[in-house]
Amino acid sequence: MSAIIQVKNVSKSYWRNSLEIPVLNNLSLEVQEGEFLGLMGPSGSGKTTLLNLIAGIDRPSDGELTVAGTDIAKLSESALAKWRSSHIGFVFQFYNLIPVLTAYENVELPLLLTSFSKAERKQRVETALTIVGLGDRMSHYPKQLSGGQEQRVAIARAIVTDPVILVADEPTGDLDKKSAQEILILMDRLNKEFKKTIVMVTHDPHAAEKASRQLHLEKGDLVGV
Amino acid sequence: MKVLKLIFKNALRHKLRTLLTIFGISIAVIAFGLLRTVVTIWDSSVDATMANRLITRQAVSFIFPLPYSYKEKIEKVPGVNKVTFATWFQGVYKDKNNFFARMAVDPETMFDVYPEYIISPEELAAFKKERNACVIGADIAQQHKLKLGDQMVLEGDIYPGRWEFIVRGIYKGKNKNTDKTQMLFHWDYVNERMKVETPVRANDVGWYVVQIADPNKSALISNQIDALFKNSTAETKTETEKAFAQGFVAASGAIITAMNVMSFVIIGIIMLVLANTMIMAARERTREYAVFKTLGFSAKHLVGLILGESMVISFLGGGIGLFLTFPIVAGFEQAMPKGFFPFFYIEPITVVLASVATVLVGLISAIFPIHKALNTKIVDGFRFVG
Repeated sequence: MSAIIQVKNVSKSYWRNSLEIPVLNNLSLEVQEGEFLGLMGPSGSGKTTLLNLIAGIDRPSDGELTVAGTDIAKLSESALAKWRSSHIGFVFQFYNLIPVLTAYENVELPLLLTSFSKAERKQRVETALTIVGLGDRMSHYPKQLSGGQEQRVAIARAIVTDPVILVADEPTGDLDKKSAQEILILMDRLNKEFKKTIVMVTHDPHAAEKASRQLHLEKGDLVGV
Repeated sequence: MKVLKLIFKNALRHKLRTLLTIFGISIAVIAFGLLRTVVTIWDSSVDATMANRLITRQAVSFIFPLPYSYKEKIEKVPGVNKVTFATWFQGVYKDKNNFFARMAVDPETMFDVYPEYIISPEELAAFKKERNACVIGADIAQQHKLKLGDQMVLEGDIYPGRWEFIVRGIYKGKNKNTDKTQMLFHWDYVNERMKVETPVRANDVGWYVVQIADPNKSALISNQIDALFKNSTAETKTETEKAFAQGFVAASGAIITAMNVMSFVIIGIIMLVLANTMIMAARERTREYAVFKTLGFSAKHLVGLILGESMVISFLGGGIGLFLTFPIVAGFEQAMPKGFFPFFYIEPITVVLASVATVLVGLISAIFPIHKALNTKIVDGFRFVG
């Protein structure tokens, strides 16, 4: 296996007024292709920030960040947006579905940026929703779905473009135990069956057990494996 | 799923808020259309004037008459083609609310000097031949269901007594803004009665209308005419018909200016209303915009979504408003005293201005939400709690 994510000496600080708040301190790590990495740590430890950097929705203050062969820290905003659409699938804690769109339309959203025909989009959306077990809920709006079902729609949206990496930020954080278990099983399946590299941030040790490797962050530093 | 569908779904996400905004824009466009119509109709009396016509009136005031004898002298001024004259008669036709111009004119020359009043040669001949004949505008004929041969009786006020006329001609307008609400009759008919009943008012005319060959010489000819009557008991003031009409409009200038300003203030207010709606909508969707950006949607996509929504609301409001402006303006005309406005219609420029205003309202209202959406970082968007 080769490293699909390479983080070298990355630091990240935020500025509040004129005060610099360091979040990540000279952090380095590698994630192998096909790996399921669990990032754990207390609130404020920098795990979501690290996930955002890997996903290309935030930029490091310092250091090198190579993801899927691209030095994403050097990409322009528009190039980065294009790169994200083809390389990264996102799963959020609060699902972040568009409430006025059906499950089908929500999953179809990322495909609108591609050159797929309507028929191809239909096939991909139906496949993604079938994988997550919602083939019979395509015309449902988010408010007509349970939390677990909404998260599964979000996962279908994340995989519909067939990205190489899935990033998940507390994907079970807003779910009951049963739904959380279903989501974790689904993610495990995506990793093992569909060979997706997954980076998952979680507070939940039970969720982290699904990961093939766990990393702990504390105050911006990796503290143990 | 098309982007347009998403725009419509977004626009109707808060149905009541969107409907109230659309309703507000419609009302504003109707008010704009109505005010602009009044303003343009007011100004159109100036537009309807001809460059080759001069008006000679009493120098002190328009309300004082001029001697009939001036006609021959004015005709001799070089560059003058033809001279006609008119006297404001007023009077009451059936009801005081029937407001339209009633004037004693020179039947021999009136229609030569005013070629925009279209009358058939037969009707004109009949009008000239009969002492108590009158010609009325087509709008008056339609409004009062008058036809050739009908009798019109005026109750005189400036010229007291009962005055009977027979309709011998109905003129049409050459242009859309030609006044077709006038009643014209023989000055001789009035003058002869004045000679008998009030001799001191005989042989007076209200004003002269001078048709000139070369509009470029209007200033020179005006000076020459006025010089003829310098130091007389009735000095004259001659000016172009346009300047004369502008003098009337200027008297109401402050009101018209206020109406003009108000019409644009209304557009400004509704712009703020729509902008407020769009800002609220964009604020509520801060997280969604972060999601769109995360999924790879670019700035142009977000601009399209926000601008599209703003334009949909603005176009719906503007379209409904414009559509309703026509019957409402027609209703307004009906509600006004008959003949208060010689003509009342929505000028194309009003429709154009309302349409442009609708587009501008949509565009400008989207600027701030677009700016905010584009400048909010994805991570900040996800942290946003609305």
